[in-house]
Amino acid sequence: MTTETQGLFRSAAFRLSLFYLAVFAAFAGALIAYMAWSTRVILAAETRETIAAETRELAEEYAADGIQRLVEAVAKRSQGPANALYLISSFAGESITGNIAYLPLKTLKAEGYQRVPYRHTGDAADITREAELRVFRLTGGFVLVVGRDISERVAVERVLWRAGIFAVVLTLLLAVAGGVFVRMRILKPIDAMSDTARAIMGGDLSNRVPLSGSEDEFSRLGESLNAMLARIEALVRGMREVTDNVAHDLKTPLTRMKARAEDALRAIETGKGLDEGAQRQVLEDTIREADELISVFSALLAIARAEAGEGAGHDRIALGALAADAAELYEPAAEDAGVKLTAETADEVFVSANKALLARAVSNLIENAITHGRTGGGGKVSIRTARNGRFGELTVADNGPGIAEADRKRVLDRFVRLEQSRSRPGSGLGLSLANAVARLHNGELELNDNSPGLRITMRFPLAEAGGNDGGGKGLGG
Amino acid sequence: MKILLVEDDAEAARYIVKGLNEAGHACDHASDGDTGLEMAGVGGYDVAIIDRMLPKLGGLDIVLAMRDGGDTTPVLILSALGEVDDRVTGLRAGGDDYLAKPYAFSELLARVETLARRNSGAASGDVKLSVADLTLDRLSRKVVRDGQPILLQPREFRLLEYLMRHAGQVVTRTMLLEGVWDYHFDPQTNVIDVHISRLRGKIDKDFDVPLLHTVRGAGYVLREPE
Repeated sequence: MTTETQGLFRSAAFRLSLFYLAVFAAFAGALIAYMAWSTRVILAAETRETIAAETRELAEEYAADGIQRLVEAVAKRSQGPANALYLISSFAGESITGNIAYLPLKTLKAEGYQRVPYRHTGDAADITREAELRVFRLTGGFVLVVGRDISERVAVERVLWRAGIFAVVLTLLLAVAGGVFVRMRILKPIDAMSDTARAIMGGDLSNRVPLSGSEDEFSRLGESLNAMLARIEALVRGMREVTDNVAHDLKTPLTRMKARAEDALRAIETGKGLDEGAQRQVLEDTIREADELISVFSALLAIARAEAGEGAGHDRIALGALAADAAELYEPAAEDAGVKLTAETADEVFVSANKALLARAVSNLIENAITHGRTGGGGKVSIRTARNGRFGELTVADNGPGIAEADRKRVLDRFVRLEQSRSRPGSGLGLSLANAVARLHNGELELNDNSPGLRITMRFPLAEAGGNDGGGKGLGG
Repeated sequence: MKILLVEDDAEAARYIVKGLNEAGHACDHASDGDTGLEMAGVGGYDVAIIDRMLPKLGGLDIVLAMRDGGDTTPVLILSALGEVDDRVTGLRAGGDDYLAKPYAFSELLARVETLARRNSGAASGDVKLSVADLTLDRLSRKVVRDGQPILLQPREFRLLEYLMRHAGQVVTRTMLLEGVWDYHFDPQTNVIDVHISRLRGKIDKDFDVPLLHTVRGAGYVLREPE
């Protein structure tokens, strides 16, 4: 066996289809056998009925006028339809009258209905036919044979048998063909999926299940698998990016801290010393830098957790109240920075969300809008919540320089800070955290032109009416 | 004040004990969960500071055992797990406050002192709070200083209420965010400072003696003039 055919017989679907078709073939064969058998029984009964009727008539003739009259009647009937068979023979076995030219010898000695080969008087010597007949022994050693030719019946039976065998063979052939079809056409996609899985386990995350383009179950399965693979790939790529970014964005301040400490230490060792103010300055700078590192770490952790879908106990949150709270918290700070912060919130917009994460995301958006919006007076930041169809929307808009369309997708990545904002405070994680939080809640983050400025919309599916009530767990402070 | 510290990291423990001693508190240290629970059982502590991840017996298990035994000593849980849900688990287990690592010592000290005060019966149910000539009526929501009514926004009112309930204690920015805004993360910008300076503008600006003070490197304190 080649591996191909071995694989064919090992395929579960092929074996299953073979089994079913074998069952079906057996069923078809049994059906045809039953039909053939019952046809035969019916036809045989009919023949015997005819023979019995003729026998009764001839018996009447014989009873009326003896053998002479019987011979005349038989002679006359022998001229009739060729399938009615008669014979009267003497005790010695010589034919007296009738249309049977030949019968096997032992036939005349047997009783009852028999099925025997015979030759008709009109036939050539080498032809034999089949008859069903009955033998009667009369007084004086005469023998009367009454029968019917059953060649046609036999032919019908043979046709039926042949049809039966043909049907069984054909069914079995179809079974094999069906199994091969299932294997080739239906199971190929499954093989392709398993190949893909193996390739991915081997480390090639970009591999995808080939799609046939038809709209069948396998195609849908393949699409779902591909979507899943794309998500996994994105997560893994994200992880790699984080590692790279952590290496860069965390090592830099760490190096600075170390350099500062070493510098101070050297100053002490070389005896120059540091006055109290300078010492204090070094330590304060170090603590400030450490605090920044901690906040970057905590933001990274929050993003990673939100992206992994962890830590998400969801409550029914009034989006408007949450936005109003955040606006209220930031309003004084915004005013200090010369930015006018306004909030326009809608009631009755409820989303199912983790309050802490959502509040953090909204705070990030507001902080971003304040720091990166218009500075130096005239800055405006507006927060708005609204219901939009089946979605609740929270929009934070500023009137600053905005973000060029080409950069809008990129700024959602971690640590991305556009050139013009390098000098401002921030870790470059705010938008990616907001984006991760939106995705965690089956929502999305959209960046638009506010002309001028940037308008960021977070969109969440509305919470089902009712559900668990209460916006928070009331565990604060 | 007598404090129990259960912390397995020797360096961190030494640093906390030293800091607490300098602040005038006695501190006993246990370096694993079993010893910690044993020492807590002896009793006599005003506050227990318990690390969440400990050898032998976890921090949360200690708190659960203490609470089961009817011990109501205020507990501050320390943890490297800072996320909201971890916090919730910590508080459900019977902890009174939760501080995520890494923390500033001033934050730890402020929280410990607040916890101790809470247990010694600082009346959180009082209708009227007063510090020097400043009074706050929680029912009528009126604030008066030196006989002059002061008009506050609702949030400013809550901020002042929080500060007055903790009068004489250092209150950190994080504590204010948690207690007044129910925010459990630190914003990048100095939002709290601006709120405080607005509040200060209303309660201190037109008066001779300031009540609301900034504690450098730690937070704020509202206290009677000396």
